[in-house]
Amino acid sequence: MTKQVQQLDRVIIRFAGDSGDGMQLTGDRFTAETAEFGNDISTLPNFPAEIRAPAGTLPGVSSFQLHFADHDILTPGDAPNVLVAMNPAALKANLGDLPPGADVIVNTDEFTKRNLQKVGYAASPVEDGSMEAWRVHAVPLTSLTVKSLEGFDISKKDAERAKNMFALGLLSWLYHRPTEATVKFLRAKFAKKPDIANANIAAFQAGWNFGETTESFSVSYEVKPARLTPGLYRNISGNQALAYGLIAASVQSKLPLFLGSYPITPASDILHELSKHKRFGIRTFQAEDEIAGVGAALGAAFGGALGVTTTSGPGVALKAETVGLAVATELPLLVIDVQRAGPSTGMPTKTEQTDLLMAMFGRNGESPLPIVAPATPSDCFDATLEAARLALKYRTPVMLLSDGYLANGSEPWRLPEVLELPDLTVDFTVEPNADDGETYLPFKRDPQTLARPWAVPGTPGLEHRIGGIEKAEGTGNISYDPNNHDHMVRVRQAKIDGIANDIPALEVDDPEGDARVLVLGWGSTYGPIAAAVRRVRKSGGKIAQAHLRHLNPLPVNTGDVLRAYDRVLLPEINLGQLALLLRARFLVDVISYNRVRGLPFKAEELAGVIQDVIDSE
Amino acid sequence: MTNGNGRTGLALIPRATAKQTLKDFKSDQEVRWCPGCGDYAILAAVQSFLPELGLKRENIVFVSGIGCSSRFPYYLNTYGFHSIHGRAPAIATGLAASRPDLSVWVITGDGDALSIGGNHLIHALRRNVNLNILLFNNRIYGLTKGQYSPTSEVGKITKSTPMGSLDKPFNPISLALGAEAGFVARTIDSDRKHLQSVLREATAHRGTSLVEIYQNCNIFNDGAFDALKDPELRDDITLRLEHGQPIVSASKAVRRAASGGIEVVDRAGLAEEEILVHDARNPDPSVAFALSRLDEPAFDHVPIGVFRAVERPAYDTLMARQLDEAIAERGPGQLSDLLTGGDTWRVG
Repeated sequence: MTKQVQQLDRVIIRFAGDSGDGMQLTGDRFTAETAEFGNDISTLPNFPAEIRAPAGTLPGVSSFQLHFADHDILTPGDAPNVLVAMNPAALKANLGDLPPGADVIVNTDEFTKRNLQKVGYAASPVEDGSMEAWRVHAVPLTSLTVKSLEGFDISKKDAERAKNMFALGLLSWLYHRPTEATVKFLRAKFAKKPDIANANIAAFQAGWNFGETTESFSVSYEVKPARLTPGLYRNISGNQALAYGLIAASVQSKLPLFLGSYPITPASDILHELSKHKRFGIRTFQAEDEIAGVGAALGAAFGGALGVTTTSGPGVALKAETVGLAVATELPLLVIDVQRAGPSTGMPTKTEQTDLLMAMFGRNGESPLPIVAPATPSDCFDATLEAARLALKYRTPVMLLSDGYLANGSEPWRLPEVLELPDLTVDFTVEPNADDGETYLPFKRDPQTLARPWAVPGTPGLEHRIGGIEKAEGTGNISYDPNNHDHMVRVRQAKIDGIANDIPALEVDDPEGDARVLVLGWGSTYGPIAAAVRRVRKSGGKIAQAHLRHLNPLPVNTGDVLRAYDRVLLPEINLGQLALLLRARFLVDVISYNRVRGLPFKAEELAGVIQDVIDSE
Repeated sequence: MTNGNGRTGLALIPRATAKQTLKDFKSDQEVRWCPGCGDYAILAAVQSFLPELGLKRENIVFVSGIGCSSRFPYYLNTYGFHSIHGRAPAIATGLAASRPDLSVWVITGDGDALSIGGNHLIHALRRNVNLNILLFNNRIYGLTKGQYSPTSEVGKITKSTPMGSLDKPFNPISLALGAEAGFVARTIDSDRKHLQSVLREATAHRGTSLVEIYQNCNIFNDGAFDALKDPELRDDITLRLEHGQPIVSASKAVRRAASGGIEVVDRAGLAEEEILVHDARNPDPSVAFALSRLDEPAFDHVPIGVFRAVERPAYDTLMARQLDEAIAERGPGQLSDLLTGGDTWRVG
């Protein structure tokens, strides 16, 4: 039977099921197949904090959204074209996001009376006519899977668990995905359990064959490969890119990496990743708490290592005093904050941009430090290198603000040439630096950067003491002199402010140069804002876009850029934290747009907001 | 493995070529403790002990927290890090774990180590990082001007407890033994010879060594350890712990009790073989723990010396070994291989 093949330019699929249904794995595999095929991709996993919430309930729903296209794309997509719902809870939790006409594949085996009741369905929505707006494909995924595995020497439970691979096979057929890598992956994943490996592969193939033969799907789809910038690509998540950025920073600075960290969602994967790469001389230290994590990193930095601590908002709060010590002792330190919804425990697996003001001001005393924020998952690599460059050059703690959306989202990454990475070599001080030629002055600053020298233990003749008590400029001896303190407060600030001359100017994207409204962003909102800007321009709207990578200090031309437009719109996933800073600093009446739902912005939503501001001109 | 002075704890630390003296370890900073403070005696004892180790001075680091004792690093001409309250063991752990060529010392007090920094202390002890922790115990908060501390006796009248403190104190030795410490000792500020003998053993130990030093705060808790200094009393209440020697004071001895524990009895009339012989190297910490409880609740019998000195692999050694093994198995990491290590595809 030859089925019709329809060409599409882009597709958004959402896999949704119980947290035990393997939806993240299914999504990861579909992503890998799609990357191999050559589409541009952007992904958004969305899962509950509970490892296994009660089965079949709304809080237990885990999903994975994937946007792929034959052109370059910027976000995981607003609304799915296809929803795979493994049970009634998954259907109910996601149906509201589906536009009319979308395809819905439901696993009817799970639509039992009990499961329907669990989520408040009186009758099955698949049968009661309430889903007429969508194209529903009722597929008994579980029983088809079990049936396809008859003859395998595995338990019924193991057979049922392979249903996600059946679904993956069906979707792989529907979108003409290459399958060899998934077969290879399953063999490797279950290398020690060949029966399970074979069963999963069989289920995967059965899903594909089902698509080809069933009448439930009359059409399959093709999305041609995207024309991306030539180069070698891999798919990468933000956390993985960040971990690789740290390894690269260690290699490029020739300093051993020391990670002090305490497990916390959504940052733990950086610890996991780095602990796999000990052959780069990386020491990963799982500390007794957040404070010990940063303390050990700072101790290692004192000893000449590239000291790093990784955490999320609650951990940053605990580390504040030690970060202040790093400010006072002027030692390089990387503090990675993978932001999540707060306050307090908040929503650990959901994203937010609410730690900016904590990063800026969340320490006692005048305690400035540089802040860098990556814009996309793959940008986490470059942003980490930049944060390391600033920390090492200026002898200062640097805060890197990633977030849950970047951490778990993924996109194709054009691999950089190692030879083109920045040189981060550090010159340790090895000789006395005072005019007398004999004395070491640990706080005698470089006149250009205002950075202090860095002499590490083991260097003869440069023995010195540092600490959190105020120090005299030059000698570093304890000083309570009022004028010295005033000087030190100002010089620490001036050192950080001066970094503005060492970072790129804020670039504005305004193709025709006649926009009167600027939309500004920072961090992970880059994708949705840029996608919204495209939509607005496509419909004839004139809009300029700029995105801040350095939040402290800001690029030198920031004020000029803001003042060059009649209106500045600033969408943030907080209640206007950057807006507060910009208004205070530049007296520009920035228009804040804020949603704090634990989810990234949608491009359509932002396009509407941008258009409204343009129209109000 | 030793570095020529018989101390495995210092095996990886480079040796000085020239002979050192006390002067080499004095910094140019004026010492600013209250006149009469026990810290002076400890500083002098440490300064005059360090030359004996014969280590390169630049490979010695003193890390401290907050409190009177934590000013210590400023007065030593070594590398030093005066950190924040309670966190010195964490900072020192990062330093020692990444630099096995350093002799890292932690200077802390009863408030710093046992209150605000209690968590870091117990984890440093169980990890067995190569650190020498000197815990100055004066049983009071000095720098904040006289509040009771986690080692103050119950009922302590202080500014913050005018009707007496309510909480039962920690016994630092019991705590350290409970935290799996490999080396635990107690000494006293006024007995330089004993203090230095304990430091000698502590530095010989590779891993974390905890030395509790009874230290007199003559301003806020004067005389806390007078019984151990009083010529009339001290020989009777001090139980000297020496490995392989019977545990006795001038008039008392320790023996196994019928209850299964240990007890202090009059020495007179006791047969030599009835007296418990101290075994600091016993892998079972229960006798050391029992010894640590002999001074509870009053200071009637106070064991002084090395309670426990049991070697086990140090954390920094194990950590370095994992790196070596990873490199031996697959070679040193190459950045380009790492970046291209996943599923890649070429465009154009």
